[in-house]
Amino acid sequence: MATTIAKPELLVGKRLRRREDPRLITGTATYVDDMKMPGMLYATIVRSPHAAAKIRSMDISKAAQHPGVAAVFTGKDTEKVGPVPCAASLPGLRVPHHYILAPERVYFVGHPVAVVVATDRYVAKDAADLIEIDWDVTDAVADPEKAIAKGAPAVHPEWPDNKAFDYHQEGGEVDKAFAEADVIVKQRITSQRLIPTPMETRGVVAEWRAADRQLNLYSSTQIPHLMRSLVAQMLGLEENRLRVVTPEVGGAFGCKLNVYAEEALMGFVAMKLNKPIKWIESRRENFLCTIHGRGHVDFYEVAAKKDGTITGIKLLIIQDLGAYHQLLTPAIPTLSVLMMPGLYKTANVRADIIGAFTNCVPTDAYRGAGRPEATHGIERMVDILAAELKMDPAEIRLKNFIQKEDFPFPTATGLTYDTGDYSLPLKKALGIAGYEELRAEQAEKRKKGELMGIGISTYGEICAFGPSPATAAGGWESATVKIDPSGKVTVMTGASPHGQGEETTFAQIAADELGVDIDDILVLHGDTAIVQYGIGTFGSRGTAVGGTAVYFALQDLKAKIKKFGAMLLGSDDVTLSGGVVTCNKTGATKTLQEIAGATYRAMTLPANTEPGLFATHFWEPPNFTFPFGAHIVISDIDRETGEIKIRRYIAVDDCGNILNPLIVDGQVHGGVAQGLGQALWEQAVYDESGQLVTGEMTDYVLPRAHMMPWIESDHTTTPTPVNPLGVKGVGEAGTIGCSPAMVNSVVDALSPLGVRHIDMPMTPEKIWRLISAGGAKA
Amino acid sequence: MIPQTFEYTAPKSLEEALQLLANGAKPLSGGMSLIPMMKLRLAAPDHLVDLGRLKDLNYIREEGGALHIGATTTHQEVTASALVRGKCPLLSQTAGGVGDPQVRNRGTIGGSVAHADPSADYPAALQALEAKFVLKGAKSERTVSAANFFLDTFTTALEPGEIVREAIVPVEDSSTGTHYEKVVQKASGFAVVGIAVRIKKAAGKIEWARVGVTGLSNHAYRATAVEKALEGTGGSATEIQHAAAMVAEGVDANSDLHASAEYRKHLAVVHTARALLAALARTA
Repeated sequence: MATTIAKPELLVGKRLRRREDPRLITGTATYVDDMKMPGMLYATIVRSPHAAAKIRSMDISKAAQHPGVAAVFTGKDTEKVGPVPCAASLPGLRVPHHYILAPERVYFVGHPVAVVVATDRYVAKDAADLIEIDWDVTDAVADPEKAIAKGAPAVHPEWPDNKAFDYHQEGGEVDKAFAEADVIVKQRITSQRLIPTPMETRGVVAEWRAADRQLNLYSSTQIPHLMRSLVAQMLGLEENRLRVVTPEVGGAFGCKLNVYAEEALMGFVAMKLNKPIKWIESRRENFLCTIHGRGHVDFYEVAAKKDGTITGIKLLIIQDLGAYHQLLTPAIPTLSVLMMPGLYKTANVRADIIGAFTNCVPTDAYRGAGRPEATHGIERMVDILAAELKMDPAEIRLKNFIQKEDFPFPTATGLTYDTGDYSLPLKKALGIAGYEELRAEQAEKRKKGELMGIGISTYGEICAFGPSPATAAGGWESATVKIDPSGKVTVMTGASPHGQGEETTFAQIAADELGVDIDDILVLHGDTAIVQYGIGTFGSRGTAVGGTAVYFALQDLKAKIKKFGAMLLGSDDVTLSGGVVTCNKTGATKTLQEIAGATYRAMTLPANTEPGLFATHFWEPPNFTFPFGAHIVISDIDRETGEIKIRRYIAVDDCGNILNPLIVDGQVHGGVAQGLGQALWEQAVYDESGQLVTGEMTDYVLPRAHMMPWIESDHTTTPTPVNPLGVKGVGEAGTIGCSPAMVNSVVDALSPLGVRHIDMPMTPEKIWRLISAGGAKA
Repeated sequence: MIPQTFEYTAPKSLEEALQLLANGAKPLSGGMSLIPMMKLRLAAPDHLVDLGRLKDLNYIREEGGALHIGATTTHQEVTASALVRGKCPLLSQTAGGVGDPQVRNRGTIGGSVAHADPSADYPAALQALEAKFVLKGAKSERTVSAANFFLDTFTTALEPGEIVREAIVPVEDSSTGTHYEKVVQKASGFAVVGIAVRIKKAAGKIEWARVGVTGLSNHAYRATAVEKALEGTGGSATEIQHAAAMVAEGVDANSDLHASAEYRKHLAVVHTARALLAALARTA
């Protein structure tokens, strides 16, 4: 039996390599597609090739008779399965019934209409090709502005205006602010549809154990427990008869913060056929049928005084919802509204959202979820205002920041910002950049007609989702810590991760609290049969909420360890430190291993104490956290071709205390990559008939390693009082801070040509056209 | 990758392969284009003959003042070959910019040429090099020039049952300067436009120039108007701009999500000038 090693060295704050990486980079990790079971059958889903159509008839006979086919199910067979759920609620929200297989009508390209189950995936696909469907194709609309215009085809015939909801929020005295303004700037700003594209597509294995009345569902998801509750409901199965297991998740970025038709569908098929069923999403299906992100058309108005003081903001968001609501679809743009003032001290805001149905796959949470749109909008508007007033973009920001002494700060949108010192990261970033010198260089270059840009964004975000009253399904998180008789430690978190490194960071927390070696700590997650009920990992909540739950479970456990240690040492005056309980009078010690053994042997117990070392804590956060930072991009534009070259990228992020700087850097890098993806390259393009033009990796431009600039990453540290770890969250910060800095940089470069705004992605052709059009002014 | 069912043969000899191809089988080389199409079931061949394992199609050798490159030689092998780098630097540079490392390690020159993707890199260089292709069938062998080989989008002079056996490119005179200039379509790695240039300079004058263009139209072509305009000039900046402006003349340019026809033509002009300048700088 190995000894549990007491280790007094503190690990929190250390740049530890991720403990999960060896299995990931050696190809030995287990993903859903690695699951094999005796007698397993494979499913292929037949999907609509049309964006809007009625099914006149469907002939499945040839497919059903194809050798190797076990069954074919259509929408008629699955009509009684509950609808794909939407957890978000808004006043007056129209919720279309979202069948797992469309029985009569399809609403987007990729809409599932049948499932073929066969001995292998090749046979299943061959048979699927034999299904004959007579389609009555109707008109589609794929653009949210066109969808809400008069005379547009109705996505859902019962709601001809294509409006799922109208949302209004207001704070302060907006009309007064605009009436008294010295200057008002207006701009239409879009945030295009993006395809999340995790390396691992979705996948489900369903295993029905009829004799036990037990359904085991293996799914690549961010939310195993919520999936269990919701899929059980859809299938009419008792929740305790459904076990959801999340093996390794190969990326998600929000697109697996969902319950999709396929999970219930595979459960349904497994229960019908009494065989294990596997379905693995193809890349094309992933592009067509997994949620997209963003999809905003925003109309901004900002009122200000001559000196640059922002006095009011108006915003109209037209949100492209797609054809249905997935789990959180309608809630995402409301997050944009919450964060619309950004870091600025503006008491007067008014926001409206029109939720527009389109014949496209639904939008939902994608890294940042509503906050990148908000930050992009306000950070662009501040630059536009600065240009209008001929002010320096850094100066106008410093002028409008909420000040350090204003915290906790109540915002006009009803939030309470926890802590902040917004000028810190901006000043640090300006210093790293050498801002004054860069402006001087730019002035020289402009004389020669060269296009160089300096773009600043100062972002704030809302993280650590979140207090339960403000979230759709509960905003707490859970943790269990148990210590075996041998002294080995197991941490079980409800915040099932998908690449956040919790097996490392949560072990760091436990190692420090207990004073044991990190190798003696196992972190478990992602199995509803093993782990207590939990919420999941999204909204930069993993560490700030999940890690905090671990921290509190550890405190409960430490109290118990001390109690047992005190009993064994025969003294009430003891200290727990470095994995050892020491009697403060005699200096006698008991190791954690000795104490653990005694708690289970239970020859004697302290008064009012159960045997064993086991503690579970459900932690409800009192508030969100609000990280912030400043990103600066220096760019050079090729005047002849419109190509944008990023010369430097500076990111100064303040996410509160940092548990592991290596993991934080990784999160910033990944976030910036996806932010640059949106700013420069990525766009999900539907044509007029609702066909996805960017349906393959050969047309959807994802950022790749060689396209990335060197990221000069730095930090300031402003801990939050919201949790005892002082951590705020950083998973989405890079994405949120990035896109406005990039766009501001290019707009700055082109400003001598009279350019004030550029919508994303800033393709070379778009830039070339702006240069060509503005050339006369240069 | 869930294609339709197909038969697969890895023949032991070229003769066996050609016999199978004569009976209607489809040749597979690196599989960089065919396999993705089969994955989407846009191509569904009944029978694939894998040429990639035929050792006697994988070679680079110098013979009679020319380089002979076997059909299954990968892009990586071409770009890494000291012989190609020394004697035909344009081909070496072009091969090194194809797709990404995975594609370069799998994709072959014969496969790329036979597939004739209008945005592939090789055809631009092969046009500029006035390459010849040896085409082999079960009972035939013939040599066709690049100018007569690339006919249309995905369409070549290959007859059913024929394969590209080898490409023949000239050994470059040491005084010749070459360059390949590519605007990358960032998602696919293909060329939005690609300009391959060779320039021979003697006594301060451009003796001749060769300009191969890919990505702009339905197939790679030689921009002969540009070539003629340069002949006999000193290659001044003005002369280069003047010549480069002709690169897209009369061309029905491609238009897609990544570049409109107008922008593609503009890019072709800009990058022709840049390629010419770079090549000129390399002339002895």
